[in-house]
Amino acid sequence: MPGFYKSKGFILTYFEFLNEHGITLLLGTVTTVKVLVCSMILYVIISMIFGLMRLSKNPAIQGIATVYIEFFRGTSLLVQLFWAYYVLPFFGISLEAFTAGVVALGLNFGAYGAEIVRAGILAVPKGQWEAAHSLNFTPAKRIKRIIIPQIFPIILPPAANLTVELLKATALVALVTVVDLTFEAKQINSITWLSAQCFGTALLIYYIMARFALVPFLRWLEVLAARKVGKEKI
Amino acid sequence: MEMGWRWDFTYEILPQMAIATLNTILAAGVGYAIALIVGLFFLLGQRTPSKIFNCINRELVEFIRSTPLLIQLFFVYFVLPQFGITLSAWVCGMITIGLHFGTYMSEVYRGALEGVSKTQWEACRALNFSTIYTYRRIVLPQAFPIAIPGMGNYLVGIFKDTPLLSTIGVAELFHAATAVGGYNYRYLEPYTLVGIIFLTLSIPAAMWVRKLERDVNISQGKIKK
Repeated sequence: MPGFYKSKGFILTYFEFLNEHGITLLLGTVTTVKVLVCSMILYVIISMIFGLMRLSKNPAIQGIATVYIEFFRGTSLLVQLFWAYYVLPFFGISLEAFTAGVVALGLNFGAYGAEIVRAGILAVPKGQWEAAHSLNFTPAKRIKRIIIPQIFPIILPPAANLTVELLKATALVALVTVVDLTFEAKQINSITWLSAQCFGTALLIYYIMARFALVPFLRWLEVLAARKVGKEKI
Repeated sequence: MEMGWRWDFTYEILPQMAIATLNTILAAGVGYAIALIVGLFFLLGQRTPSKIFNCINRELVEFIRSTPLLIQLFFVYFVLPQFGITLSAWVCGMITIGLHFGTYMSEVYRGALEGVSKTQWEACRALNFSTIYTYRRIVLPQAFPIAIPGMGNYLVGIFKDTPLLSTIGVAELFHAATAVGGYNYRYLEPYTLVGIIFLTLSIPAAMWVRKLERDVNISQGKIKK
C-alpha cells in the first residue's frame, strides 16, 4: 500500500475516495443518528423511573432499582449487546438488530442516568420539599411541579457528558450487524483496504457530530433549564 | 439442539474462560498503567507556556474523547501497517486504550490540581519555595487524594471496555466466549458466563472505589463519619 500514496497525491485520492464512498458513509451516519435518538429517549425515560425508584421508601422498589443499576453498570455494554442479540433468541425473544442495539444501549445508559437523577433529586434543597409539604401539595404534585423542574439545571451537565458517551457507544451496535457508520466504515475497509481514509473519515464524522451538533444542543438545553428556574447561566 | 442451560457444557468451558479472564485482567492493568502515564503527558501539554501548543493539545484531547474507542482501535490496527508499522493486536489495543483513557485521566489530574486552593500556591510563593518543591511537597500530596476516586473509576471503566479488544483479535475473555460459542454453536452459556465474571470482578472493584471516595471525603473534612 505505501506505493499507493506515492503514485498519486494523498489529497487527490482522498477526494476520489469521498466521491465513491461518501454517500455510503453518510447513509451510515443517518442510521447512527437514528440509534442515538431512539436510545437517548429510552435512556432518559428509564433513568427518570429508576432514579425515582432508587429514592423510594419501599425496600422492594428500592431493591429492584439497586439490582438493576448495579447489574447494568457492572457488566460491559458489549456483553449486554451480544446477550440481547445472540442469547435472547434462546428464550424465544428474537429482536431485530436495531431494536436489540437500542434496548441494550438504553438499559445500560439508563442505569448510569438513574444515578445522576438520584443525585439531582437529593441536591434539591430540603426547604423546597418542606415548603411544598406545608402548602399541602400531594406527593405526585410535589415531585412534578416543584422538584422535577428544579433538578434539570443540576442534572443536565452530567447528563450531557453521558449523552456524548452514548454517541460514542452507538458505534458498538455495528458489532451486532446494525448498518451504521462504523459498520459501513468497516465494510468499505474490507473492500478497498483504504483504512486511513475510511476510519479517518468515520472518526471525523463522529467528532463533528459530537462537537458541533450534540454538545451545542445540550448546552442550549442547559441554558434553557437554568432560565426556567430563574437562574441565569453563562 | 438442546435449549435450556447446560451445566456440563458450562463446566467444560469454564477452565478456558478462567484463563481468558486472566488475559482480560492483564489487558486492563497494562492499559491502565499506560493511561496513567499518557494522562500525565496530556496534562503537561496543557500547561506549557506556549498558547498555541496548549490549544492544539486541548483540541487533540477533545478529539480523542469524543470519538468512539472502537473506531480508534480499528484505526490504529489497520492504518499503521499502511505506513509500514506492523504491531500485534495486543500492542495496538494497549496503545489505543492508553491514549483514549489517558485523555480522561488528564482531566482527572487537572481537576485534582485545580482542587488545591490557590492560597496554597501563594503561601509557597511567600515562603520562597521553588516551583518543583511546591509541587513535590505541598501541591501534589494534596491533589493526589482528590484524584483517587476518578482514577479508580477509570480503572473499572477500562476493565469494562476491554471486550472491545476482541474485535481486533486480542484473546481476552469476550474473544474466548465468542470463539467457544462459535465452535459449539451455543452462545447462551459463554456470554452469560462472561457477564457473571464481569459482575463478580467489577462490583467489588466499584464498591472499593466508592469506599475510597468516602475515605477521601472524610479525610478532606467534606463529610463527617
